[in-house]
Amino acid sequence: MKHEVIEKNIGLMIILIIVALSFGTLVELVPLIFGKQVREPIAGLKPLPALELEGRDIYIREGCNVCHSQMIRPLRAETERYGHYSVAGESVYNHPFLWGSKRTGPDLARVGKRYSDDWHRAHMYNPRDVVPESNMPGFPWLFENEIDAGRTPLKMAALRKVGVPYTDEDISGASAAVAGKTEIEALIAYLQQLGTLLQSRR
Amino acid sequence: MASFWSYWVIVLTVVTIVGITWILFANRKREVQPQEKTTGHVYDGIEEFDNPLPAWWFYMFVITIVWGIGYLIIYPGMGNFPGVIGWTQLGQYEQNVAAADEKYRDMRDRYLALPVEEIAMDPAVRKMGMRMFANNCAQCHGADAKGAYGFPNLTDDDWIYGGDAATIQATVINGRQAAMPAWGDIIGDKGVKDVTQYLLRLNGRDANAAQADAGETVFKTYCVACHGPDATGNPMMGAPNLTNGVWLYGGSEEQIAQTVRAGRNGAMPAFKDTLSEDKIHILTAYVYGLNKQ
Repeated sequence: MKHEVIEKNIGLMIILIIVALSFGTLVELVPLIFGKQVREPIAGLKPLPALELEGRDIYIREGCNVCHSQMIRPLRAETERYGHYSVAGESVYNHPFLWGSKRTGPDLARVGKRYSDDWHRAHMYNPRDVVPESNMPGFPWLFENEIDAGRTPLKMAALRKVGVPYTDEDISGASAAVAGKTEIEALIAYLQQLGTLLQSRR
Repeated sequence: MASFWSYWVIVLTVVTIVGITWILFANRKREVQPQEKTTGHVYDGIEEFDNPLPAWWFYMFVITIVWGIGYLIIYPGMGNFPGVIGWTQLGQYEQNVAAADEKYRDMRDRYLALPVEEIAMDPAVRKMGMRMFANNCAQCHGADAKGAYGFPNLTDDDWIYGGDAATIQATVINGRQAAMPAWGDIIGDKGVKDVTQYLLRLNGRDANAAQADAGETVFKTYCVACHGPDATGNPMMGAPNLTNGVWLYGGSEEQIAQTVRAGRNGAMPAFKDTLSEDKIHILTAYVYGLNKQ
């Protein structure tokens, strides 16, 4: 085929570019989408309860994943600091996943139960109160805002559509579970369960 | 990987490699084209010669293809084929961990065999302990271990749960959960104010004598159970000494009153599931030695 034919026929060029680019996806991604390893939850994994789910949404809203990863790589230097490396089965109910791609702050994949609730409150209000050298911003408004309990069941129903196994009871009880809670309570509840299913001593 | 997907990966990878090799060679020109022959593109009067790719460039393409094939033979990549050297990500990780274990085993065993009190001043222990402390403890207790509001200072002689080696170790292993109830509803606003005055007087600070007297009665009724009749505390219950001027939640009059009114429930996380025995041992020695330097 002469270059000229492709260069002067933009439709054909688009199709050929898509074909050329698709091989990587077809080889690297498509088999994984159907693979057991990334679809089966690890033992004990449950969908996030209502309060933790709202906490996750605050985590997303405030952009925590921009500076904190949730992905411990299987390298000794990382497992020494953070604990057991992350496995795919921990993330099967994450929509979207919050693995992050940059660590301005430390990884949070196993931050659950590492600090007390009081520490999280002090730290989230003004990080420098507990870690003087921190450059994390404070989030004082989380202490004032209340969770919009009316939306929680809708979020759960939406997640159920993409495969998170929420039961009808989960959804019907969701509003009551978060009613009157502040955003900081939800966020701390979310953080305190992160990565607690897989523990290893280091 | 299911065998279907294994073949899928193998076939597509082979097709890709063969395809790019074919494109590379099928489009190759060997001869320098005559000067007047151009690609036919004209941009603002600028034309482009239709010359062959420079040889070094062409061979770089060839080298990357050969390198890719070599990689797929040595390392896992072709579906379920494990590669001739049997490398896996997990295998490499476990090898690194085992190598580190091997390297540090002797030192670990040596320190583990010695009591905490004995190794607390060992320079190597202090150095290792400092790093472990920075990674696991400094977030609450501070890099200098002097604590912060709500997080105890570990460099003084005041210990809420006890400062002997065994107790420090137990604190690190199992964590602690303080449980000071809120007294505001029980002793009332007056009771809170009175007992606060009593505590100020106990510490030799300015206090209203009448209120402090009333506060003493309140103290002897409600607070003695944990803090003891002389208010020097009870490490068994994690009840702090209230007579030595050390205040975890601030020592101003209003802060003391707030603690009495609303209670305090400070928590220290347990490290038994995250740190190994030898690291807890060295960390204990480090903390034990903090106020003995």
